Amino acid sequence: MTIRTRVLAPVLALLALSIAGPAWSDFELNMPVGVTETSREVHDLHMLVLWICVVIGAATYAAMITAIVKFRKSNGAVAAKFTHNAAIEVVWTAIPAAILVAMAVPAAETLIRMEDTRDSELTIKVTGYQWRWHYDYIDEGVGFYSTLDRESNAARRTGSGIDPTTVDNYLLKVDNDVVVPVDTKVRLLVTAGDVLHAWWMPAFAVKKDAIPGFINEAWFNADTVGTYRGQCAELCGMDHGFMPIVVRVVSQEDYDAWLNTQRARVSALTQ
Amino acid sequence: MSSTAIDTTHGAHGEHHHGGFVAWCLRWITTTNHKDIGTLYLLWSLLMLFVGGGMAMIIRLELFQPGMQFVRPEFFNSMTTVHALVMVFAMIMPAFAGFANWMIPLMIGAPDMALPRLNNWSFWLLPFAVGLLLLTFFMPGGAPAGGWTLYPPLVLQTGDAFPFAVFAVHLLGVSSILAAINIIVTIMNLRAPGMSLLKMPMFVWTWLITAYLLVVAMPVLAGAVTMLLTDRYFGTSFFSAAGGGDPVLFQHIFWFFGHPEVYIIILPAFGIVSEIIPTFSRKPLFGYAAMVYATASIAFLSMVVWAHHMFTVGMPLAGQLFFMLSTMIIAVPTAVKIFNWTATLWKGSLTFETPMLYALAFLFLFTLGGFSGLMLAMVPADIQYHDTYFVVAHFHYVLVPGALFGAFGGAYYWLPKWTGHMYDEKLGKLHFWLTAIFTNVTFFPQHFLGLAGMPRRIPDYAPQFTDFNMISSLGAFGLGLSQLLFVYIIIKCVRGGPKATAEVWDNPSGLEWTVPSPAPHHTFDEPPVVK
Repeated sequence: MTIRTRVLAPVLALLALSIAGPAWSDFELNMPVGVTETSREVHDLHMLVLWICVVIGAATYAAMITAIVKFRKSNGAVAAKFTHNAAIEVVWTAIPAAILVAMAVPAAETLIRMEDTRDSELTIKVTGYQWRWHYDYIDEGVGFYSTLDRESNAARRTGSGIDPTTVDNYLLKVDNDVVVPVDTKVRLLVTAGDVLHAWWMPAFAVKKDAIPGFINEAWFNADTVGTYRGQCAELCGMDHGFMPIVVRVVSQEDYDAWLNTQRARVSALTQ
Repeated sequence: MSSTAIDTTHGAHGEHHHGGFVAWCLRWITTTNHKDIGTLYLLWSLLMLFVGGGMAMIIRLELFQPGMQFVRPEFFNSMTTVHALVMVFAMIMPAFAGFANWMIPLMIGAPDMALPRLNNWSFWLLPFAVGLLLLTFFMPGGAPAGGWTLYPPLVLQTGDAFPFAVFAVHLLGVSSILAAINIIVTIMNLRAPGMSLLKMPMFVWTWLITAYLLVVAMPVLAGAVTMLLTDRYFGTSFFSAAGGGDPVLFQHIFWFFGHPEVYIIILPAFGIVSEIIPTFSRKPLFGYAAMVYATASIAFLSMVVWAHHMFTVGMPLAGQLFFMLSTMIIAVPTAVKIFNWTATLWKGSLTFETPMLYALAFLFLFTLGGFSGLMLAMVPADIQYHDTYFVVAHFHYVLVPGALFGAFGGAYYWLPKWTGHMYDEKLGKLHFWLTAIFTNVTFFPQHFLGLAGMPRRIPDYAPQFTDFNMISSLGAFGLGLSQLLFVYIIIKCVRGGPKATAEVWDNPSGLEWTVPSPAPHHTFDEPPVVK
């Protein structure tokens, strides 16, 4: 099978790229900037480290390339005899150490802020199950399961024959969105009912493992109204790839209205 | 002469046709010769490269485009799990054990490994362990699918394969520990007169340190999987909160093994590159003593950084800060090594035979993997990178252009010593360029996928990730195919080719170049004297 694969795949690939390529084109290269203060700080930190690596890399690679170009035997280069140089060895040990300290300080500052879950205005308990999420607005008396959207679920079956590009937000859409008010510090209590899961929302820079029997804390404060999508980030079995997370950030009025319909639904069920 | 007795039981090269096929098999099964066992290890790891690589091809085939076209999600998870286990335990570790067996006695002027029968056993445990692991594909419930990290509670959901997989890990661990003990005893006791520790070749040094890491780390893994076994079958609750345990405890134990394991895989490659670069620069290794100290520091630090694999589990702030800083410190000795290799090139007289090409690619691309490692060390950024394709890109950059290129370079470097023939240089270079280009085509786009938000270990993805997945899959197919060329080059070199001299290369340093090519079955019966 693998041999046939190896022959067929490149051909298929070229066909696919030429036919359907443009429809799928995204070529996203970098980490997107999120909609919370934390996610912007994380993005800045990511860019800082990336640029430091680029600069060190450029210098190191320049030295390597110079050596490779300049000291070729075919150019008549004759090998020198030196074997060490204490001064330069001390310098190139000290410089990386100094750069690391410079990077560690802002990283630690951001980390300390990320861990501060005090003064939250809304608490949602998030429970991971194989393979859906349950959300419990513990002070509001509202709770619901959130499962992969039906259309995606049909398309993702092996050999379904349904073209994923025709499905709205394929694999990133759920039946019940999490709804939160904008500009509100939301605390998450993350746990799991069976195996490990991880609740990841890239736009908020929140990723927290859901561990059965333990409760982890995380928080976010989204400042832009919109719909944000993420996925389970810890291997949790067969359908790990099929338990997305969708958070809808809405105005306070819309949130109140949503909460009322949810409450009405709950009381209708309990009567 | 005592060697006569050895020869009648084990036979020498060229004598193995006397007794027919059974005798030929018995010779390889019962051999205690370090060169035979080295050859067995190397051929075994080559075979496993294709077994693990075949699984990678299935993974990349399914990920070629969105939607599930070829396999079911559970089988996909088995593929990622067993691909990793095979590549780590059955391919790359045995490859370096093969280099150790062949080269350490030749490099230190010893007649053989110190414990030859143990040596035979540590190799022959391998096929049984791996056979057991691969048999799990045919058991009810399928092969393990919880990831090579074996995290509970998920791994406890494995079907009938579970105890077999645990036993396979035990056997692999025993095999590695025995090999490590043998290497330590050999290096400590069988060095030729005059070869003090600080005169040993770098490859011997890196393996000595690796062997100590193995002895520290492998029993910890054995303990962790045994606890899984008792949790499932004997009513313990080490990792179950319902019984007072903690699933995260497993992760701490696993990574206490797992992080030294990373360096167990890379340090021998450091050693090989430290042999190749001076030879083809015609200049001694720059800062030999600093290289030894840097290797030892890396090994020590590797034991205090394990929780950087676990920044999202909910550790206390102080713990996260400690593991961030300790991880960043590793960058210092690693940078020292990179600078020392570059300084070895500096003002040398460079030629670019295949081993040198692999060593240079190692230098460039391992550095790149080091940079992404530095990015991953920054906890707030790691929260975004963790469990995405960015991590997959990072560790494949250190394992493929790092460890595997080290092994390829070493194979080309010593192949003439092993076979007595020069390999086909043109084909070797072709193999290098194909491998180097396809490696980058495969793994570089995975950085972008991870940053854009694609989680790892998923069999299907949202359509916005399609383009880079396609490129990555095409690279992977090319990379897989190119390795057939490697097999052809080896076969060609074994069967014939220009006769290799004892020195093989242009005035290389090391005792292995003082014995004829191919190295006779028995070498250094009389220890050489090192000045």
